[in-house]
Amino acid sequence: MDVITRGAVITEPGNSVENKTGTWRVFKPVINYDKCIRCLICWQFCPEPAILRHDDEETKQKTPAPKEALKKLPVVEIDYDYCKGCGICYNECPVHAIDFVKEEK
Amino acid sequence: MNYEKEEFFAPGHGMCAGCAAPIIVKWVLKLAGPNTIVVNATGCLEVATTAYPHTSWRVPWLHVAFENAAAAASGIEAAARAKGEKLNIIAFGGDGGTVDIGFQALSGMVERGHNVLYVLYDNEAYMNTGIQRSGATPWGAWTTTSKVGNANPIGKLQPKKPVARIIAAHNAKYVATANPAIFNDFKKKVEKALSYDGARFLHVISSCTTGWRHDPSKTVEIMKLASDTGIFPLWEVVDGDLENMRITYKPKKFKPVEEYLKPQGRFRHLLKNPEYVKKLQEQVDAWWAKYGHHYNP
Ligand SMILES: Cc1ncc(C[n+]2csc(CCOP(=O)(O)OP(=O)(O)O)c2C)c(N)n1
Ligand code: SF4
Ligand code: SF4
Ligand code: SF4
Ligand SMILES: [Mg+2]
Repeated sequence: MDVITRGAVITEPGNSVENKTGTWRVFKPVINYDKCIRCLICWQFCPEPAILRHDDEETKQKTPAPKEALKKLPVVEIDYDYCKGCGICYNECPVHAIDFVKEEK
Repeated sequence: MNYEKEEFFAPGHGMCAGCAAPIIVKWVLKLAGPNTIVVNATGCLEVATTAYPHTSWRVPWLHVAFENAAAAASGIEAAARAKGEKLNIIAFGGDGGTVDIGFQALSGMVERGHNVLYVLYDNEAYMNTGIQRSGATPWGAWTTTSKVGNANPIGKLQPKKPVARIIAAHNAKYVATANPAIFNDFKKKVEKALSYDGARFLHVISSCTTGWRHDPSKTVEIMKLASDTGIFPLWEVVDGDLENMRITYKPKKFKPVEEYLKPQGRFRHLLKNPEYVKKLQEQVDAWWAKYGHHYNP
């Protein structure tokens, strides 16, 4: 972009998604779907937000969760494009279903 | 319509990993829904979510200056009223922009009774310019302008300005303190604040990993300790009726203030002297002795 818009107006809502802040990550949260009870606490507190919540059958199928885990409850999935690796989800998960491992780059 | 599953706040912003402010914002927007206009005071939230030409906001959003978010929101509300439009007008300001420099604009907004929800995300210092003390910085906190050394081993020497009580004393429609880590209480208060007409004010604690000097993964845990030690009490006042202030949350057993201090670098010096810890505990105990009878869950 070479010209600044009048009033520095940004006309495209939410276009910060072009910034892939996942590159900031030093530690990486990894959900263990065998332990996850789908309480949504990680989704609730992720500040980016970088935890997706899948409620319908179709999007659930696309998650990394094992098929036997796709019961009625919603499924959470970490969006590594944006996860900065703060570790809040890892710290708050009530059943310790999130591992926090060194990022490999 | 329930918009809880939707995100009106987009990722890709530049807030520090583990910053609590986006947790507050994303939930206020989820509960308000798309029929919303946001005004933002200068500060971390404004700077880091709107680095031109990008924005993380999926609702109309306006920034004017540091000191006048409440004035700008008042103007939008007056225009909406003139046009007969019914929508949520929400202002977000940091503690510097609310408790200090934006206080006059806020006081005017509340006195004129504008139909605006003002949300203070209180990280207890001017963080975006490098951790300077504000009127909301608590007693005993280190900042770059309340330095700790031989001349002053305590840090900030003055207590926190009771801004929410001051706004309630304007006879604001609804005033509450809230803590995203005490999630049900936080959510209920945001919903309640959104349901009223008139000037509403939410004072929300917002941990800053950079300025409070703590591990980013501890953000929610530390904020929870703020209310479980009684340091950040949670209450609400309707129509300025401070005599009938209602304390909405009380831990079964208060934790000692040390537990809140320990994980935060900004309080490390206090732990070296039991006298200082005792002094802080006394301040907290005095608040609860004075107001504790208002507990009414
Ligand atoms: C009139 C004016 N004075 C000073 C500044 C510089 N300034 C920008 S952000 C900021 C600090 C904001 O502090 P706060 O409101 O607490 O928000 P935080 O950054 O902590 O979230 C300051 C001093 C400014 N933008 N305008
Ligand atoms: S580590 Fe932080 S940014 Fe990443 S998914 Fe967990 S809460 Fe979100
Ligand atoms: S907090 Fe833990 S148990 Fe709850 S949804 Fe997230 S990963 Fe699953
Ligand atoms: S400096 Fe503090 S308030 Fe500002 S973005 Fe970082 S953590 Fe959040
Ligand atoms: Mg601040």
